[in-house]
Amino acid sequence: MQYLVNVIDGRSNSGTAEEMVAIDAFNEKLQAGGHWVFAAGLADPTVSTVIDGRGDEPIFSDGPFVETKEWAAGFWIIEAPDLDVALKLMAEGSKACNRRLELRPVLPEPQ
Amino acid sequence: MVATLAKRFGDLDIAEDAAAEAFATAIERWPVDGIPPNPGAWLTTTATRKAIDRMRRESTRDAKHREAELVYGRVDDSGAEPLGAIDDDRLRLIFICCHPALAMEARVALTLRMVGGLSVPEIARAFLVQDTTMGARITRAKAKISAAGIPFRVPSAEDLPARLTGVLAVLFLIFNEGYLASAPDTAPVREELTGEAIRLSRMLHQLLPDAGEVTGMLALMLLIDARRSARVSSAGELVPLGDQDRGQWDAAQIAEGHALVRSRLASGIAPGRYQLLAAINAVHTDGDATDWAQVVALYDQLVRLDGSPIVRLNRAIAVGERDGLEAGLALVDDLEPELAGYHAYHAARADLLRRLGRVSTAREAYDTAIGLAGNAAEIAFLTRRRDAVRPS
Repeated sequence: MQYLVNVIDGRSNSGTAEEMVAIDAFNEKLQAGGHWVFAAGLADPTVSTVIDGRGDEPIFSDGPFVETKEWAAGFWIIEAPDLDVALKLMAEGSKACNRRLELRPVLPEPQ
Repeated sequence: MVATLAKRFGDLDIAEDAAAEAFATAIERWPVDGIPPNPGAWLTTTATRKAIDRMRRESTRDAKHREAELVYGRVDDSGAEPLGAIDDDRLRLIFICCHPALAMEARVALTLRMVGGLSVPEIARAFLVQDTTMGARITRAKAKISAAGIPFRVPSAEDLPARLTGVLAVLFLIFNEGYLASAPDTAPVREELTGEAIRLSRMLHQLLPDAGEVTGMLALMLLIDARRSARVSSAGELVPLGDQDRGQWDAAQIAEGHALVRSRLASGIAPGRYQLLAAINAVHTDGDATDWAQVVALYDQLVRLDGSPIVRLNRAIAVGERDGLEAGLALVDDLEPELAGYHAYHAARADLLRRLGRVSTAREAYDTAIGLAGNAAEIAFLTRRRDAVRPS
């Protein structure tokens, strides 16, 4: 199954060069093990825009949609057979990026 | 049986329902057809069929169903599982119920329900919540196991020690809640919880006989529980260890606990936390009085593994018995910044102050301890002690 892994951060643009090297090495390991689906860093939440297209006219407004002390600074989507494998992998990911992570299962496609 | 079915079908709900249905069928048919030669195997076979039926009904395209038919489609009537496989399933069930991805309260509830076989109302009563609340807690935990992909598997040898520590924490929490019930309006010792914790630990010890900390946990529980009937007076008051009637202790349980501790000592492997706690309790229950020098030596070892303030408090109390009350009090006082909100800290301090004849500070410490304590028998004991402290 697939898991979304959010990188928890409370500071803006806080990544360091050492962390990037460690993250690259970790990503190569994910790819070699067949666990890699996708990963990316995200711009600061203050750069976000909220979209509401539910009415007649779409409304665009300055984000973020909820003010928090912590947010996702980036994410992985990984493939793992079960939670224990995913947790073990991402314990290394947490060490590599030097941040806490939040892991959530991606819902399976309805059959 | 639930463990075996859960393993087969990868779904706790299906396993539980199928087991219940099989029992219902047995109640209906055995009085008519007679009891089958191997009732356990009959129940497992019947439950397996019920589970397959249910999955067929629910979804013919379901992957679980395909897998089950592939592997178990032909259900053998002789039906007996080799014992090893059943034990394995039970172990897997324990690890899944105590998985670190679940909230602690969910682990406790799930372990009592799935491994212990307690009913939802029984567990709800044990933790003083509504049946519906406990039911929802268990349902949520099961939903997380399924949705998050928690595997039905014994952890690898590499991960086993850490995961086992998590399982032991759940068992010890169940035991402690029974042994020193934290709510003021419950019985001071709740045997339904201590008994269940011991039963589960014994089972885990049988499944993992070489796991030293499991042996230590079982010994620890047996040695503490052996003193149960001497620990609360007929007036419902806590009796401290030194004042207990040793004749009331359960000699068989103490003997079993001592044998387990000795077996760990004989292994020559450095003891973990629970083994050290068991050894300390073995010293407390050996002979006519506690050998405090041995207790201090064991606490010295324990502090190296777990330097938490509560361990240091217990060491300080033991030092007070070995080296004199002043020495103990000095060590206890050092812990004030960390333990000011903990009733046992103030109770220990009050006891030392009382015995040193410092009347007014002793009374103050008793007052603080009473204000922070939750257990009815402990409050009764502390109150009597406080009221007995008078200037001589």
